[in-house]
Amino acid sequence: MSKQPLLEIERLRVSFQIEGAYYAAVDDVSLVIEENEVVALVGESGCGKSALALSIMGLHPPEKTKVEGRLLFKGTNLLSLSVSELNRIRGKEIGMIFQDPLTALNPLMTVGRQIEESMNYHLRLPAEEKKKRTIRLLERVGIPEPEKVYHRYPHELSGGMRQRVVIAIAIACEPSLLIADEPTTALDVTIQAQIMELLKELQRQMKTSIILITHDLGVVAEMADRVAVMYAGEIVELADVDTIFHRPLHPYTRSLLQSIPSAQVKKDRLHVIQGIVPPLHKLPRRGCRFQPRISWIGAEQHELEPQLREVEPGHWVRCTCYRHFHFPDDQMTREVDYGAS
Amino acid sequence: MLLDVRHLKVHYPVRGGFFRRVVDHVKAVDDVSFSLNRGETYGLVGESGCGKTTTGRTIIGLIRATAGEVLFEGTDLTKLSRRQFHPYRKDIQMIFQDPYSSLNPRKRVLDIIAEPLRNFEKLSPHEERKKVQSILERVGLSADSIYKYPHEFSGGQRQRIGIARALMLNPKLIIADEPVSALDVSVQAQVLNFMKDIQQDYGLTYLFISHDLGIIRHMCDRIGIMYRGRLVEEGTSEDIFANPQHIYTKRLLSAIPNADPRERGKQTALRREVEQEYAQAYSRYFDETGRAYPLKPISPTHSVAIP
Repeated sequence: MSKQPLLEIERLRVSFQIEGAYYAAVDDVSLVIEENEVVALVGESGCGKSALALSIMGLHPPEKTKVEGRLLFKGTNLLSLSVSELNRIRGKEIGMIFQDPLTALNPLMTVGRQIEESMNYHLRLPAEEKKKRTIRLLERVGIPEPEKVYHRYPHELSGGMRQRVVIAIAIACEPSLLIADEPTTALDVTIQAQIMELLKELQRQMKTSIILITHDLGVVAEMADRVAVMYAGEIVELADVDTIFHRPLHPYTRSLLQSIPSAQVKKDRLHVIQGIVPPLHKLPRRGCRFQPRISWIGAEQHELEPQLREVEPGHWVRCTCYRHFHFPDDQMTREVDYGAS
Repeated sequence: MLLDVRHLKVHYPVRGGFFRRVVDHVKAVDDVSFSLNRGETYGLVGESGCGKTTTGRTIIGLIRATAGEVLFEGTDLTKLSRRQFHPYRKDIQMIFQDPYSSLNPRKRVLDIIAEPLRNFEKLSPHEERKKVQSILERVGLSADSIYKYPHEFSGGQRQRIGIARALMLNPKLIIADEPVSALDVSVQAQVLNFMKDIQQDYGLTYLFISHDLGIIRHMCDRIGIMYRGRLVEEGTSEDIFANPQHIYTKRLLSAIPNADPRERGKQTALRREVEQEYAQAYSRYFDETGRAYPLKPISPTHSVAIP
């Protein structure tokens, strides 16, 4: 119990500048990542999941972003570090896997040199050793004929192979935390299955923790240990993966699960969540942010200052509206008002 | 039968060597045949590069067929001149993948939706506006949206504008190429439900192109699985999902993430098994050149590419 968690996110707020004023895209998020666990951040575009991840890597442009709160990585607050201090951690202790392998790789550099780049920075190794290590890494991420691929350029590889190279770069210095931002979204399903398998395998071997950012609930169900569901900059529900899929409580989680078409079971109609996510600068900052989208649930059922509360050990839910939530009948879903924004 | 695609081929020459002679062909679509009955939804599924989009675009005449026939109500569209094709453009419409790039950002919604109308009918501005407004209401957008520009709408609303444009001429067939891939799941649900509603109201036939098997299962009556320019399996939704026969179909199905975390172990085991079968039985499903065999019926509704 006394063991220090790997990463403690404390009251993190990430605000972007829009027309002179700052608006929080990640609003007061606290989350603890333990060692050797996979935590998924799920939500739709604009919910703040990527903004959260980028702030851990310190990748937001400082002139347009304000990052407040604390990010304690092994006890050190990443937000208080200088760029050069941060550079000693990111790429070495925290690795990142990006969504699109084609844009994440440098088209003018061979695969081998790109992988060695971070080793040059963080580990001082003789050239011979470096190459050996790189080839071992390529082997480890399942690339056939690693000696040949070492000399190839990214455009000579298929999408799945490129993503494997991106993963190899991320794990080159054996980080204790991996941030994977939509690691399989740009890939075909059969390749996606292989990459998921690879990430799981690497996680088991290296005991790395992974923050998995995705909108794909199927990927979450297959990979995550715990899940944080985000809506409009806040965590609305946090629990282990089984609870999220089998006993979800928050109306947003429940609605989301009802709205995906499944290849396993056929539904007649999909659930539609009313309305839209308001743009960042129009977001109401008081009350339950999901309230406008479940208008049939009375206002008195929501909290005025919704809190994330632990309703059972390890299961956190925001706002009290979940206790009164029910899906509307079919009549109501068809009368949705789609007025232009 | 509304549409009958017979032995469709789309080949692109690969040039190289001396004088840039044609050295080879890329067979984007390689002898594909299928047909659509009135009022049904036919799903064309496959991974990137399998030729599903090329097939759709060839049917609507955006790409020239190298060989084969596209019979629409009995007329072969591939043999028609531009002028002869004109009336058919009314009957076949397309919904595109990305609602951010398929709507002209400099045009008002009125002009976007009325454009197909202006190509075919001479209406007074007043009549035209009324028609556009009524279709907008049908797709769930307010009538005063006509003077707005695409950027004023969300992704789901934009996709409905794209659908309104496609519906304007009362088409018989709609080719929907990944219509919801660019949308968030909750918006996706809205557009899919909506496509089902208008299908009933307008008696539409859909050719639904997608890589997402969950969506395909939700939308389609019949499904064709494409791989490297060829159909490897075709059947009802039930045939494909409950009784897949071709090794590639099995591989594709087993790769879909299972949305139940309790099934993890089972799913991984199934994938291993299928991968093994894929490696061992490859030669039973593909000839020496790696080409899939022609489809053979194994039941009245179900065909598989086996020798």
